[in-house]
Amino acid sequence: MNKLTSLLLVASVLALAACNNPNKYGANGGAGGAGGVGGINQGGLGDPNDPNSIAYFNQTIGDRVQFAVDQSTLSPQAQMTLTQQASWLNSHPNYTAIIEGHADEQGTREYNLALGDRRANAAKNYLVAQGVGTNRLQTVSYGKERPLAVCSDEQCYTQNRRAVTVLGAAGGV
Amino acid sequence: MTPTLALNTQSPRNDPREGNVMTFIRSLCIALALTGVAASTASGQDGPLRITITDGVIEPLPFAAPVFVAENSGAAEIAQRITQVVAADLAGTGLFREIPPSAFISPVTSFDAPVAYADWKAINAQALITGAVSAGSDGRVNVKFRLYDVFSGAPLGEGMQFGGGQGDWRRIAHKVADQIYGRITGEGPYFDSRVVYVSESGPKDARLKRLAIMDYDGANVQYLTDSSTIVLAPRFSPGGDRILYTSFETGFPRIKMMDLASVSSKALADLQGNMTFAPRFSPDGGTVVFSVSQDGNTDLYSMGLSSGQTARLTNAPSIETAPSFSPDGSQIVFESDRSGNQQLYVMPAGGGEATRISFGEGRYGTPVWSPRGDMVAFTKQNAGRFHIGVMRTDGSEERLLTSSFLDEGPTWAPNGRVIMFTREGAGAGGAAQLFYVDISGRNLTAVPMEGGASDPAWSPLLP
Repeated sequence: MNKLTSLLLVASVLALAACNNPNKYGANGGAGGAGGVGGINQGGLGDPNDPNSIAYFNQTIGDRVQFAVDQSTLSPQAQMTLTQQASWLNSHPNYTAIIEGHADEQGTREYNLALGDRRANAAKNYLVAQGVGTNRLQTVSYGKERPLAVCSDEQCYTQNRRAVTVLGAAGGV
Repeated sequence: MTPTLALNTQSPRNDPREGNVMTFIRSLCIALALTGVAASTASGQDGPLRITITDGVIEPLPFAAPVFVAENSGAAEIAQRITQVVAADLAGTGLFREIPPSAFISPVTSFDAPVAYADWKAINAQALITGAVSAGSDGRVNVKFRLYDVFSGAPLGEGMQFGGGQGDWRRIAHKVADQIYGRITGEGPYFDSRVVYVSESGPKDARLKRLAIMDYDGANVQYLTDSSTIVLAPRFSPGGDRILYTSFETGFPRIKMMDLASVSSKALADLQGNMTFAPRFSPDGGTVVFSVSQDGNTDLYSMGLSSGQTARLTNAPSIETAPSFSPDGSQIVFESDRSGNQQLYVMPAGGGEATRISFGEGRYGTPVWSPRGDMVAFTKQNAGRFHIGVMRTDGSEERLLTSSFLDEGPTWAPNGRVIMFTREGAGAGGAAQLFYVDISGRNLTAVPMEGGASDPAWSPLLP
């Protein structure tokens, strides 16, 4: 293994480690983008046309699913997205994921934490049913603490009621 | 009579975690003397000067508070400031109106000089507050005050004296105002209290949050955590010495408990479950009830603080959260969406059958039992609006006190007469602010603060 390859490997592991930090809203002082996008160094995500890249997972497949008001049931569209996520995860066993559940601002704070947890687990359970090992998946709820869009109408609320699958490296990779 | 009260105060120290950012930590005990001062005329009985809050006050009671007499040269400035805080406390209730000093006919230059009732009557001052302040070279401040019922031409209650360190002048002023408020309304005191809350800054999609504590009127803000991690929904212990809250420090929501004297936090015993949140103390301070989310289901648990033993209080596939003990510790009111949407329920403190108490239109959340035991305050969501409301503990006599784009999270003043809550505006510019409102629904007032704030929790009356 030459030096350049080693450096590239280190760089990609670091990029993945960054993805795997569930505290990114904390460590970055909240500067990390909501929805699990802005907090990750886009440079480390690869080409969205490369089916093995994180960018492909995030953008081409889609890293998030949306929910109706006060609901955690998966729409047919959400199920389609999660089926593709599961398929990608099944063919890329070196990745783990943290699924973030979020709610819009139309709800009280603690209820929305519980609701976000429901949504994250709805997505997780679907992935597990599609064969993804449960030990590769964690969930976290942000309630209404990290909206993606900040306007106060349905156009933004739709984007905020979401579960986002944030990829990370499997332990030891 | 010379009852001596222990007074906990705090003074600034640099927070090692925040470099130059101030956190106020030191806790010291100061004896606060509460001494009877002979009134110029003997009078113990109540005059006709009386406000009954439940009757609904339309016209605030006019009072005059001439600047307290400085008994030595060093006391002039602090006498002025104390008088201002006393007047602001009273006027801030909406029950009293301060008559501007420019209207005064006769000056008050001596605490013991006879009161010129006719001069105060002439400007329609129904209550007159006089006081005197001395500041010793040892840093101690003593404040005497008397309250007069101008139209009866007699003192209302006895004169009193409070003392403390120079740094305690605001607390001394609040204690004077609490006495006056109590004598005229017959209600319990609440000005000498604090509020713990979440200080907010930054845009809505990257909000920075940190725990902070302040006097009830927005003064003496002290930060308790830095903004490196999301913190939510703090609650005071019944003794006011500890705070429970939820922190994302580990990356996942977890309950922490802070000792206020040392400003040090610890995670509560490692609890099973992906997320623990919504912690509240029992009235004896020995038990914490909270929510645990496991595999997408949220239920209520309790934990003994000394034993570390946990018990599951609810077992349903629905969301059970936002618990609040009755003041006698026998019951818990909480919210659940077991019926299909958020509603309020009451159950025995040890768990068991729950009785639904909210039946109006819309969703009900964040119930908080009144310290008087007679009511439950809540957040109601209906038809795109948020409200703070109160109801009897059996759900009857529901009354909505506020209405806005987003009101939530009520907390009771120690006397159960005032409710503070979070109000947030719509859109990117809608910062969260703290407001308070009388339980009659009157006197909706923004707490004067710099920056955003949410999730207030009112302390018990300070010792």
